[in-house]
Amino acid sequence: MPVFDLSTTPLREFNSALRNIPEGSNDFSFEVLNPRGSHAVAAGIDTPVTVDVQGSVGYYCAGMNDGGIVTVHGSAGPGVAENMMSGTVVVEGDASQYAGATGRGGLLVIRGNASSRCGISMKGIDIVVLGNIGHMSAFMGQSGHLVVLGDAGEALGDSLYEAKLFVRGKVKSLGADCVEKDMRPEHLAKLAELLEKAGVSGVRPEEFKRYGSARKLYNFNIDNADAY
Amino acid sequence: MSYHNPHTPPRKSATFDDYTLAEIRRAAATGIYDIRGGGTKRKVPHFDDLLFLGASMSRYPLEGYREKCETSVTLGTRFARKPIQLKIPITIAGMSFGALSAPAKEALGRGATLAGTSTTTGDGGMTDEERGHSEILVYQYLPSRYGMNPRDLRRADAIEVVVGQGAKPGGGGMLLGQKISDRVAEMRTLPKGIDQRSACRHPDWTGPDDLEIKILELREITDWEKPIYIKIGGARPYYDTALAVKAGADVVVLDGMQGGTAATQDVFIEHVGMPTLACIRPAVQALQDLGMHRKVQLVVSGGIRSGADVAKALALGADAVSIGTAALVAIGDNDPRWEDEYRALGSTAGAYDDWHEGKDPAGITTQDPELASRLDPVTAGRKLANYLKVMTLEAQTIARACGKNHLHNLEPEDLCALTLEAAAMAQVPLAGTGWYPGKNGF
Repeated sequence: MPVFDLSTTPLREFNSALRNIPEGSNDFSFEVLNPRGSHAVAAGIDTPVTVDVQGSVGYYCAGMNDGGIVTVHGSAGPGVAENMMSGTVVVEGDASQYAGATGRGGLLVIRGNASSRCGISMKGIDIVVLGNIGHMSAFMGQSGHLVVLGDAGEALGDSLYEAKLFVRGKVKSLGADCVEKDMRPEHLAKLAELLEKAGVSGVRPEEFKRYGSARKLYNFNIDNADAY
Repeated sequence: MSYHNPHTPPRKSATFDDYTLAEIRRAAATGIYDIRGGGTKRKVPHFDDLLFLGASMSRYPLEGYREKCETSVTLGTRFARKPIQLKIPITIAGMSFGALSAPAKEALGRGATLAGTSTTTGDGGMTDEERGHSEILVYQYLPSRYGMNPRDLRRADAIEVVVGQGAKPGGGGMLLGQKISDRVAEMRTLPKGIDQRSACRHPDWTGPDDLEIKILELREITDWEKPIYIKIGGARPYYDTALAVKAGADVVVLDGMQGGTAATQDVFIEHVGMPTLACIRPAVQALQDLGMHRKVQLVVSGGIRSGADVAKALALGADAVSIGTAALVAIGDNDPRWEDEYRALGSTAGAYDDWHEGKDPAGITTQDPELASRLDPVTAGRKLANYLKVMTLEAQTIARACGKNHLHNLEPEDLCALTLEAAAMAQVPLAGTGWYPGKNGF
């Protein structure tokens, strides 16, 4: 397994290695030592590599990941797995702002808490947070699922489009056009699937509430101006 | 003896003129602000208020048909491994597929390629047709991130991080539901027929310190190949340019308030932002103060119409210009041949700006297949190329008259101003004097 020590190896060398695996090589698993809050670690993965980051990272770890399996054995700074296309990103600790922002696919699992704007403008990504999430999460979420085992902060799902939100704990407040919705069998099934994928056990889908768009702001109407 | 009292004719208020009264009535009737496309329509100090001095006893000109006047420009020389080489210093500004029809985007790509310059995507992602027909394509990285993916980032020739737009510095966008066709909806990951809001701020960074890290990420994802532009609206050009340089830009694109938009509130277009003319010198000053003039290239847009405008922008310190509205006109927007249909829409050729409604008779700002089919992208592309070539020839004509063998050799000393306002903004002397407002503290 190739090991990159970021205290001695330039970031460019590591990220380049992820995308330039020699033909015939079987080295698809990488380990990163001493990330020490480095930014853009494992950004731009475009092959099914496995990356284990031993420590905490800065901004945009696994940004635009397309097929990689990245595990951060620490916490992640802002924008972890932003615009993810496919693959899996796991943060063993906490995640800062904008986790999974604009993500289009794949699974982001945060075993700790996520800060504000988790899943902002999400476009198909699935996000499972075992702890709590901060304010304005899933703002303008277009598609995908956000699952929160803990509590959600203020203005959850503000200006939501078609992303589906599941929260097990308390929601401090809902944002504009976000409402609680019935949990139908297909939602329970999807939730069970996501919890299993995220490696969560001992939690039943029935413990969650579902939130989604009231779709009242989909087409501009001056009578809704107070909502903006 | 006949006697009658003399009376004055009815007098309308200059403050409450006919247009203002009509707008009050419209607002009262509809309850919504006016939304339209384009840039400011009010008269603001502009390049028309500047003149070139030409050659004289102290400068001698170049022979128009004999001596070379170069026009090429390289963008992205600071950090990018693969800078952009353009034959002419006039690029096509970002306009989205969604706001524009697919044939219109194709025409812009064809025209730009024929002329040896770049075109730019917009808020809605990159289409295969656009990539295929544009030899040099700049990919916009916008707050909405509609259609954003690493594959398109890597197949772009440059990346433009859009922070602001001259028509609406500080504003986002809205593509109304009637322009959301199946294809537009799919590219933007949203249901068909709903209004699509484009945020005014990026979702995963705020401020220049964050942007510096965002640019690092974009460079890592694209192997440090692509030039990274930062586009700013004409708001605080000195500080915005300085901060863009600090954030790591290879190129700064500066868009004044004459620059167009697909759709924004009229009040925003007309009352927020600064004229292009007022933006250039502060931006150039910022680059000079940082020792980055000509190292970080400056592209100026907003109201560029002719080779004279190109030459004036370059003389004030820009490395290139960008055109949007003029390019649309060149391919057929607001053409009088559609006058009957413009009138049916309550407008007239030259004034039609309801681009957001998707009913453009010229087939440019629409997603209606029947209307879009009116635009032949090959012919329209040829027209754009012709127009770009004319602008280039015009700029060369002026540069030679000023004794310059490259458009980039034009300088503020080649200019004078016709008005005090223009003299102050461009920091060139009022015609016939050696003075401009603010010079030497006066």
